[in-house]
Amino acid sequence: MFDFLGIPPQALFGQLLLGLINGSFYAMLSLGLAVIFGLLNIINFTHGAQYMMGAFGAYFLLQYAGLSYWWALVMSPLLVGATGIVIERLMLKHLYKLDHLYGLLLTFGLALIIEGLLRNEYGSSGQPYRIPEQLLGGTNLGFMFLPNYRAWVIVASLTVCLATWYVIERTKLGAYLRAATENPTLVQAFGINVPRMITLTYGFGVALAAFAGVLAAPIYQVAPQMGANLIIVVFAVVVIGGMGSIMGAIITGFGLGVIEGLTKVFYPEASNTVIFVIMALVLLVKPAGLFGRTA
Amino acid sequence: MVSAGYSIGTVATTSKMPRYQLYVFLGMVAVFLVAPFFIYPVFLMKALCFALFACAFNLLIGYVGLLSFGHAMFLGSAGYIAAHGAKIWGLPPELAILAGTAVAAFIGLVVGWLAIRRQGIYFAMITLALAQMIFFFCLQAKFTGGEDGIQQVPRGTLFGFIDLRSDLTMYFVVLAIFLFGFLLIYRVIHSPFGQIIKAIRENEPRAISLGYKTDHYKLIVFVLSATLSGLAGSTKAIVFQLASLTDVNWPMSGEVVLITLLGGLGTIFGPVVGAFVLISLEHYLAQLGAWVTITQGIIFVICVLTFRRGIVGEIARLVKKPL
Repeated sequence: MFDFLGIPPQALFGQLLLGLINGSFYAMLSLGLAVIFGLLNIINFTHGAQYMMGAFGAYFLLQYAGLSYWWALVMSPLLVGATGIVIERLMLKHLYKLDHLYGLLLTFGLALIIEGLLRNEYGSSGQPYRIPEQLLGGTNLGFMFLPNYRAWVIVASLTVCLATWYVIERTKLGAYLRAATENPTLVQAFGINVPRMITLTYGFGVALAAFAGVLAAPIYQVAPQMGANLIIVVFAVVVIGGMGSIMGAIITGFGLGVIEGLTKVFYPEASNTVIFVIMALVLLVKPAGLFGRTA
Repeated sequence: MVSAGYSIGTVATTSKMPRYQLYVFLGMVAVFLVAPFFIYPVFLMKALCFALFACAFNLLIGYVGLLSFGHAMFLGSAGYIAAHGAKIWGLPPELAILAGTAVAAFIGLVVGWLAIRRQGIYFAMITLALAQMIFFFCLQAKFTGGEDGIQQVPRGTLFGFIDLRSDLTMYFVVLAIFLFGFLLIYRVIHSPFGQIIKAIRENEPRAISLGYKTDHYKLIVFVLSATLSGLAGSTKAIVFQLASLTDVNWPMSGEVVLITLLGGLGTIFGPVVGAFVLISLEHYLAQLGAWVTITQGIIFVICVLTFRRGIVGEIARLVKKPL
């Protein structure tokens, strides 16, 4: 076997894989944030809590309804997305005419409530969630051992990200969506129900976060605070990528995950902060973000 | 920006306080002077530190319209420096507090220089992310003591002759520091400089077209806000003889936003009222664990949906005078 700068290949590829896994969560979450921000002009601070709700959804479905992982993968995003629709109809709807910051504050408050309620019930320790039987074990690739479940997470999230990109950039529905982002009044004048589109978009963004949560459940433990720290990193990812482009969000998400993984190999002390440092550098060079448009 | 939908009220550029504001101010000072004889001074000191912190934060959101979601980094890191200075270097309290404040000012300069490149929502996300970076630094650095924090910090002797071990003496020192910060902020927002930063809040492109270098103004206010937050943090560390990760973590940044929102964004007395209301509330809920977080969340939601002017903002609207 070969060594790379004195790092054994198992460690290098292991961290690369971990980086890709983290990257797929960054990509799915920042994608959802970007889609929501595009139409609602709200930064959804509840996103981390909704990711956590997705994971808890899977846990509840297994615990109380005996539904397997595969059912949870469909049901949990639908249920959490439905709660998102309720939130949009009851609360967010009233904020569109106000300063954007109020949306941030409201969703921050909602995140505190959701996380507090679950922490009351389950404490800070995590609940284990088993990997589904079909994905147990792994494959030996020669240079590394690839657990099947981790491969599945990367494939699933890539598929979902690319499908979202396709729908928004290449279909008629996506064209309406992009048009409504540019000029909602005009699109409404053409007879398209923009308020309903806004509601469904929020529901979709939230469901995406919940989907990521179900994928994450077997890897990390299902814990009330699992989304809180993640969402801050995702905010940095969004600042780096800029929210103007869907593909930009996907590429930035995966790319930063890999960079973080590599940092763990070469300079572990900085692995927590490397994304924030990159954010600072990007702000110096290109304040609008790598894929951003200057407004 | 934050004033969208309502106006916070115009403030005349006079160096003298309008008479009714002077009365409210004197009333506040009078209450603070007698309060420690009726209420536990340590609780009052905590509330005063948070009040100063919120006033500093309000300077930024209320008068320049910049929402920082990372103000805990100034409070917390100043606390660490003050605690380390007093305990390890053996600095007297006045120098420990000054050292903490200076470090907060420096961090404010660097963070502000980066963050003012973006506005609105991005500004909030950038400050939050940079604060998280400072948090990880404090978590990993040796001198902060990690999860334990810096404990048993000596309060020491102020100026060599005021023994701060008595809570009552300490209280009046904290009150003096608070009043200094409060009056400084009052003076800044009622100066010609204050008029310009309010112009930036209302319409930045117009302020630019009038020839003002708005980025300079924003940076100066950001550094001032960071410095006063640092003053609050250093004082808090000396009072409680403790510097810990709680003060530098993101929930603390959320808490100062909540205090200011509850009291009234862009009001003079709002952050003080907000601090006393919220700290009392948390004091009573403290035994109930996560209920503190839930209550904070509920207050956020209610304030944003129905109570955007905050307590003092609503009173000011009723009496039709800016407070």
